[in-house]
Amino acid sequence: MGLYAKPLLFAVLSAVVILVGTVVTVFIPMLMPSTQPVSDYVKPYTAIELEGRDIYIREGCNNCHTQTVRPLRTEVLRYGEYSKPEEFAYDRPFLWGSRRTGPDLNRLGGKYPDSWHYRHMQSPQSMFEKSNMPPYAWMAHNRLDTGYTRKKIAVLGYGYADEEITAQLVAYKAKVTDHAYDSRAARDEVTPEALRGELTEMDAIIAYMQKLGRDVKQLEAQK
Amino acid sequence: MAEHPYDYRIVRGFVFSALFWLIIGLVVGLWIAFEMFYPALNLTPWLSFGRLRVVHTNGLGLGFGLAGIFAATYYILQKLTRTPLVFPGLARLHLHLFNIIIALAALSLFAGMNTTREYAELEWPLDIAVVAMWVIFAVNVFATLVKRQEKQMYVSLWYIIAMTVTIAVLYIVNNLEVPVNLFKSYSLYAGINDANVQWWYGHNIVGFIFTVPILAMFYYFLPVSTGLPLYSHRLSIVSFWSLIFAYLWTGAHHLMLTPVPEWIQTVAIAFSIFLIAPSWGSVVNGYYTLQGNWEQMRSNFLVKFFILGITFYGLQTIQGPVQGLRTLNAFFHYTDWVIGHVHMGTMGWVTMTISASFYYMIPRISGRPLHSVRIANVHFWLILVGQLLWTVTMWIGGIQQGAMWKATDADGSLTYNFLDSISSLYPYYRIRFAAGAVYFVGILLFAWNIVMTIKKKDT
Repeated sequence: MGLYAKPLLFAVLSAVVILVGTVVTVFIPMLMPSTQPVSDYVKPYTAIELEGRDIYIREGCNNCHTQTVRPLRTEVLRYGEYSKPEEFAYDRPFLWGSRRTGPDLNRLGGKYPDSWHYRHMQSPQSMFEKSNMPPYAWMAHNRLDTGYTRKKIAVLGYGYADEEITAQLVAYKAKVTDHAYDSRAARDEVTPEALRGELTEMDAIIAYMQKLGRDVKQLEAQK
Repeated sequence: MAEHPYDYRIVRGFVFSALFWLIIGLVVGLWIAFEMFYPALNLTPWLSFGRLRVVHTNGLGLGFGLAGIFAATYYILQKLTRTPLVFPGLARLHLHLFNIIIALAALSLFAGMNTTREYAELEWPLDIAVVAMWVIFAVNVFATLVKRQEKQMYVSLWYIIAMTVTIAVLYIVNNLEVPVNLFKSYSLYAGINDANVQWWYGHNIVGFIFTVPILAMFYYFLPVSTGLPLYSHRLSIVSFWSLIFAYLWTGAHHLMLTPVPEWIQTVAIAFSIFLIAPSWGSVVNGYYTLQGNWEQMRSNFLVKFFILGITFYGLQTIQGPVQGLRTLNAFFHYTDWVIGHVHMGTMGWVTMTISASFYYMIPRISGRPLHSVRIANVHFWLILVGQLLWTVTMWIGGIQQGAMWKATDADGSLTYNFLDSISSLYPYYRIRFAAGAVYFVGILLFAWNIVMTIKKKDT
């Protein structure tokens, strides 16, 4: 047969053959409304939440935690309302994960106070003896680097002005360093003295965790 | 070069690279297997599970897997075209660039620079380097094919062409990202589309690295090492085209019951089931090739590797579509069952086929007999037993965890909290570690056997 004696034609034909399924299941859906739903109740990440999300990415948390609740009875019982397409409109990349060595986190926001997270991140085993989660105490020893925050938000197109980004960071710092902050004791326990007046990586990742699913929960509460 | 016209140095270079990254990848694998039941081993940020798991998958998939594929491809390509590589200098550059990329990949992943896209975690400067490396490889492949002395292209060459083309498409489309700085970028896609693109890639990168080129090796090395012609040329044609056509539709079976549009999930299930046919076309072709000559299982140690390898491929390609079914997926997904599934393919099919291919090539390119067939046999049994214990343990653990997630009391409330479901698996994780250690010893013997063969002095 001629085709099996023509390598370049063979390559072109192979490309066509693999592109059929690709176009139908990947390229065409990109243009469909069902893959890019947006909704007013879902808000983009704030500067501090975004920095927290980037730490989540850096540490590969997605290797053990999923962020998508399936529409199954026991799953909704365990985690809460199942995940909706519009919730992920601002997720670049998506962080659904593929393995649950730890629990799903898509409805984590608001489930525990910040103090719980500070203690848990510092030493999961001190709260749950049998947990196999790595301890992340060192995150509270790292000052949060916000040098690229503006650039990141510009790339992602969240639409915050520079002053707004600064205001978000200042406001969050004011919140966690305030004497009246309800999780202050736990934060002080895990944060070295020199950094207690600063934003740390631990502060940021906890801000991100408290954002997860929060918009959906607020919507449910309004119903 | 004076002794024979073919460029074998490049083959040897990639064989050594493959063995090196194989050992590194397995050491990391053993380390993270231990962390799973002994979290105190997360000693530093760069040794924590979240970073190391990615070093493990990239080290073995891209380091070992790709190097093995490049070694075999350069060998098969020259043999089947009866033509020396057109650009041996480019091949040398390819080898160096490959090892530099994998080393930088490992370092950057240790440092936490990753995009989270499974099997595409490298940040954008390394992505560009990977694409450049792939072009260098493709130039040699196609130039040699065009200049070939043999008129017809044998099956293995079809699979090599399909891999060369498809990996390029997959890698470029999935890695489109907008840089923030040299070490950080964001995906071009958001949410649902990002997930859909990523698992189209994730599924097919496995297909076109761990299936397609491994089949190229199987179709070439089984006949040449047994002296038996391939059972059916026609079956290989049907299998090839239907495999590469159907593969690309199935990525969304990784996204079952997620917010990805339901029709994409359903189409993926349908094509996954269809894929059993072309997969088994190759399995049957392999088995029937040995028809009437099954005594070679005893007399020819290479046959054991190939036949067990293709058997695991056959099991893998039935298990995969079955666990893609929506109802079964609801039970098995996110558990260790899937980890067991993946490792039957990688530790069974892929490693056995690459091992036998190396055992075939190295004596021929070095002109010396294999250092020890006996060691090769011990290597075979250790990786077989290690892999079986490993995967079966994970399947059982996966079933247990899936069942515990679903268990409810008479009043409809959940029986187990999440921690129960994971801590009850620690005994399985200990067995997994032990199985991995057995497997690792087998691999050390493999590496030793290859190195000793090459080092052996002519007597």
